[in-house]
Amino acid sequence: MIRHETIERRGLLLALLILITVSIGGLVEIVPLFTIESTIEPVQGVRPYSPLELVGRNIYIREGCYVCHSQMIRPFRDEVERYGHYSLAAESMYDHPFQWGSKRTGPDLARVGGKYSNEWHVAHLVDPQSVVPESVMPKYPFLRERELEVEDIAAHLETNRLVGVPYTDEMIAAAAEDLRNQADPEADHEALLARYPKAAVGDFDGQPDRLTEMDALVAYLQVLGRMVDFSAVTPTQLRQ
Amino acid sequence: MAEASASARALPAYDEDVVRWFALAAIFWGIVGFLVGTFIAFQLAYPWLNLPVEWGTFGRLRPVHTSAVIFAFGGNVLLATSLYVVQRTCRVPLFGGPALAAFLFWGYQLFIVLAASGYVLGITQGREYAEPEWYVDLWLTLVWVVYLVIFLGTILTRRESHIYVANWFYLAFILTIAVLHIFNNLAIPVSFFGAKSYSLFAGVQDALTQWWYGHNAVGFFLTAGFLGIMYYFVPKQAERPVYSYRLSIVHFWALIFLYIWAGPHHLHYTALPDWAQVLGMTFSVMLWMPSWGGMINGLMTLSGAWDKLRWDPVLRFLVVSVAFYGMSTFEGPLMSVRQVNALSHYTDWTVGHVHSGALGWVAFVSFGALYYLVPRLWKADRLYSIRLVEWHFWIATLGIVLYITAMWVSGIMQGLMWRTYDHLGFLQFSFVETVEAMHPFYVVRALGGVLFTAGALIMAYNLWRTMRREVREEEWLPSQLGALRVARPA
Repeated sequence: MIRHETIERRGLLLALLILITVSIGGLVEIVPLFTIESTIEPVQGVRPYSPLELVGRNIYIREGCYVCHSQMIRPFRDEVERYGHYSLAAESMYDHPFQWGSKRTGPDLARVGGKYSNEWHVAHLVDPQSVVPESVMPKYPFLRERELEVEDIAAHLETNRLVGVPYTDEMIAAAAEDLRNQADPEADHEALLARYPKAAVGDFDGQPDRLTEMDALVAYLQVLGRMVDFSAVTPTQLRQ
Repeated sequence: MAEASASARALPAYDEDVVRWFALAAIFWGIVGFLVGTFIAFQLAYPWLNLPVEWGTFGRLRPVHTSAVIFAFGGNVLLATSLYVVQRTCRVPLFGGPALAAFLFWGYQLFIVLAASGYVLGITQGREYAEPEWYVDLWLTLVWVVYLVIFLGTILTRRESHIYVANWFYLAFILTIAVLHIFNNLAIPVSFFGAKSYSLFAGVQDALTQWWYGHNAVGFFLTAGFLGIMYYFVPKQAERPVYSYRLSIVHFWALIFLYIWAGPHHLHYTALPDWAQVLGMTFSVMLWMPSWGGMINGLMTLSGAWDKLRWDPVLRFLVVSVAFYGMSTFEGPLMSVRQVNALSHYTDWTVGHVHSGALGWVAFVSFGALYYLVPRLWKADRLYSIRLVEWHFWIATLGIVLYITAMWVSGIMQGLMWRTYDHLGFLQFSFVETVEAMHPFYVVRALGGVLFTAGALIMAYNLWRTMRREVREEEWLPSQLGALRVARPA
């Protein structure tokens, strides 16, 4: 039996024992999440974000939206009625980083896609109190004024592929084109929708001739929760 | 005379410059962090305070507040106290000398400035309490390794046979934060010349890695490190030995072992597998015991010296901080129980819980340590004013009471409103009705923040006058004045 006095007299031994002690919990809890297959049950429909959605998501992160909005619906009656079907692990499997959030100063956004029109989102982001008078959300008028500047969108997709998002060569090659086309009401969206099914297309920010940060953010918001079609799955398939 | 200089020679020449700098930085960043926190609290009560500029919104300023109070205020307090304590308890000057210590100081301040300027410019990883992007993370890693080298090097070159208990806690804090920081920030930058990166993990794995980090930032940065402060400064100010040596051993190892497991309680009822949630809950409840072991060891150190609380406000800061530590480490395990968490999660109750720990425990023990340190570091006879410490204590305490009671009420109320059904079986309240109901509590909370910040400004004034070696004439019983004076070797 080793006496504690022995540890107290040896700095390196103390440091080593501390490292071992604090490693155990993390290893036991985190490593199995990568090895147990049932951690993420596969669901049909989850796909990588389109370039415009990805850029919109980066704006969402940049503005700290996650500080007040969660994207994780818990399996409670009231939450399911308020926000929709509870969130599945698969729905955020391409989210680098995850945006589940920890606080609901505003409502959950996991299934906000398709719930409101583009016009509503723009009006709300420019001046939230104009559509929801009691809201405490900040105003984001500058999003509508700022041109979307992403010179290296293909590099963003490639980096995502490096960390595990299955972007194809075709997606990466077409990234710059897709970025512009998704918000262009005049463009042909067929190829884009084949690559990114259920993406919202057309003008988002009410300025058809401009591609702004507002376009990107609204395109992202409009796809949230829309990828998985819950009318087609039975409850037993979703058990996890 | 000859005797005095002989005893001065016997003491090693400690490196106190760097401790002074860290103490000054802690006071400065503390006030910055409290001011920003109070401002964003008012933003939630009055949204027009979100300035009509990009960097003036709650979303961008909130990380400035959290990083400023945790890493800038708390971090500088930990650096100041750990470097002060390790020299005295090892009876050697800092390993690596003043140059390495100066690098540590300026390197850490650069980290703070890089991180905070990134947030207002919109450069963030979007991970709570780990917002700095990859280039700032790399810089902090380098600075932290230097910190470890200085701290562990000082321990390894010590002239005392035993390593004092405060240093165990500091060492656990330094080592574990290094591990957490590295693994939670694994990311691939889009380009070497750009700030943006994408995290290595996604979704559920990313969530648990983040809260493994997030909870243990609390456990090791805001708990283990500050327990190190408690183990040196409470016995010093109370002039009593630590209550129980055995208890300190048991609760040290139990605390650092159990804390690491507690992260999943931030993810109850999410898409994280149930087994991980239950493990997190179980260990969080167990964590109650070693936490209270620390509280008991701190409080009982006052055995035979309780009367000092009546007239020594510095000791009162230290002791009340330990009491708050006990309270929030009881509340934490309670909130980690899944059924309780179902109500508390996503609400202000969590925010209130964090602040009872952050304001009551972390900040109060820091204030106590600063009041102890500054007269000694600046060779003052005593603090400029003991009465101002009294004022600080009561104003800050009142601020905390307003803060946490407002958040208890608003959090539990909002959680209940979300799940209320009317008699026809429909949800009773729309989301925005629950937001509207928060308003009065957000005002009270912000006023609590005003009081707490006012107290800190009083402290800054008092410490500034102390640094100038000024003494305010105040009436004290002779015996009390003697005890509040800084003891010097004869």
